[in-house]
Amino acid sequence: MEVALDWYLALSAVMFTIGVFGVLLKRNAIVILMCVELMLNSANVALVGFSQSLADPTGQILVFFSIAVAAAEAAIGLAIVIAIFRKKRTVNINDIHLFKH
Amino acid sequence: MALASVTFFALALIAIASAVGVLIARSPIYSALSLVLNLLSVAGLYLTMNASFIGVIQILVYAGAIMVLVLFVIMLLNLDALPSPRSIGWGPILGFVLGTGLLAQLLYVMLTTFGISLEAAEPVTTAMAVENGSANMLGQILFTEYALHLQVAAILLLAATVGAVMLAQRRFA
Repeated sequence: MEVALDWYLALSAVMFTIGVFGVLLKRNAIVILMCVELMLNSANVALVGFSQSLADPTGQILVFFSIAVAAAEAAIGLAIVIAIFRKKRTVNINDIHLFKH
Repeated sequence: MALASVTFFALALIAIASAVGVLIARSPIYSALSLVLNLLSVAGLYLTMNASFIGVIQILVYAGAIMVLVLFVIMLLNLDALPSPRSIGWGPILGFVLGTGLLAQLLYVMLTTFGISLEAAEPVTTAMAVENGSANMLGQILFTEYALHLQVAAILLLAATVGAVMLAQRRFA
């Protein structure tokens, strides 16, 4: 690779942290799901970077499975959000506290 | 500066800017569109790394299928931006401190290990990298060494599809 692996890892770390900020700070459940996707995506960047700089395709196999699991997670997560929205008419996580009472 | 470096830093800048855009957008629609831009620029990064198969999968599955699903749900629920909270509690402050701590830790590790190169068994040439990321190579490994894992992933996706249909049914809510 022409660009050193360190830069890909740095990009991955910054994108992961932005995802963590989103999960911790946002209140919209769908935006939180999107930030989880962002974190999964940043981990994939690190995996592909290692895989290509070591010429070992196993890392890209792991990315393939990671994308499959991300698709399953997005489908289930959005279905849960729809079910909660039907009941509570909101996606604000501050208003969703079914276990609190 | 070489063309590869210029391409990398341009794509990385777009990726980070659109990731920040997901955070600061008021409306969830703009968050989702920003995330699509982020996923596309990361796909471009995969292509510059010669990981062509993963790059195409990223565009097809992530930027295509998953983000269409997210946009569909946002429009189905007809969501507007949430109203601003009247007071900021301890939660966001604690979240900000935790996130900053994580970033500091990650950057510390990056800076202390910067320039330490991993030893590949033999120097990786561009031809090797192109072959390593090709659909041919990955397909051969996927259907021989990881055939069982592929079946498990298929069952997982089937279970997720059935579960999503069941959860979103009206009688369940």
